[in-house]
Amino acid sequence: MTHLPYIVTAYGLTIGLAVILGGGAALRLRRARARLAALERPSRTGGASAP
Amino acid sequence: MGENETVLNATPSLAARTGNFFHRYANPGRFLRLGARLQPWLTWPAILLSVAGIAWGLFLSPADWQQGDSVRIMYVHVPAAWLASSGYMGLAICSLLSLVWRHPLADLAAVEIGPVGASVTAICLATGSLWGKPMWGTWWVWDARLTSVLVLFFLYLGHIALIRAFDEPQRGYRAAAILGLAGAVDLPIIKFSVQWWNTLHQPDSITLTAAPTMSTAMLWPLLVCTIGFTLGFAAILVARLRAAVMESRVRTALAMRRGRADSHDARDSGQDLSGAVA
Repeated sequence: MTHLPYIVTAYGLTIGLAVILGGGAALRLRRARARLAALERPSRTGGASAP
Repeated sequence: MGENETVLNATPSLAARTGNFFHRYANPGRFLRLGARLQPWLTWPAILLSVAGIAWGLFLSPADWQQGDSVRIMYVHVPAAWLASSGYMGLAICSLLSLVWRHPLADLAAVEIGPVGASVTAICLATGSLWGKPMWGTWWVWDARLTSVLVLFFLYLGHIALIRAFDEPQRGYRAAAILGLAGAVDLPIIKFSVQWWNTLHQPDSITLTAAPTMSTAMLWPLLVCTIGFTLGFAAILVARLRAAVMESRVRTALAMRRGRADSHDARDSGQDLSGAVA
């Protein structure tokens, strides 16, 4: 009996999950950084937030 | 007597000192700076060690004389099992920090640990099942070790659901922290289940008190994989926590803008009204 399908599935699941979690975290961090930068930009120059 | 009292009063208690230590890192700005500095030192070694460990385990390490090649599942199963337990330990520590010291970052960390911990626990269960089928002839048995890890998975899911279940986040944090602390009782059960009960799952091959019962040709790739996966787990958590702090700042900034806009509107409408009255 070959054990190859079990081994490939186990490694595939692990690597797939690592890529999803890692990639998801990196994308979320990038998006949050961009949104924060976009919000902070006008207040630094004092333009948009001035009444 | 009076002097002694002064000395006693001047020395902060262990709890106060511990609280001060944790409060130093409660400042989100300080955490963001520390996290940005830590991130590459966690991410790149995690990728390198994980890739090296997986390649070593898959292609270079020897097959087991009894289990054959299926022993290679160990190089992903054991690190996942270690991270499932230590992730929950981290969750329990965050719960304690949240309940005792009201540490704001601990609440955010607990929110972020939950999904990552649940994912590695699911991987631990799935890879264990994939290892069990060719070795034991079954995908699952209601063995003490397997069942206690399944309970851990449900504890993670319960924590994820509970922390998001309230409209007021603080109530969710408190309720989930209580669950997080109470659930920590499952960790020693997982650890000692193979000693306390007669289980199909094998006893621990690596302990702190005795020499490992496996060949060093298998131990080294396992160690490399475990360190790589642990650094990867930490890197993902730091990235998610940094993102959560930034998202929280974005929400605060937007709320402040909305507040300012509302006050301008109120002032403008007040002027209009006063004009109308005049």
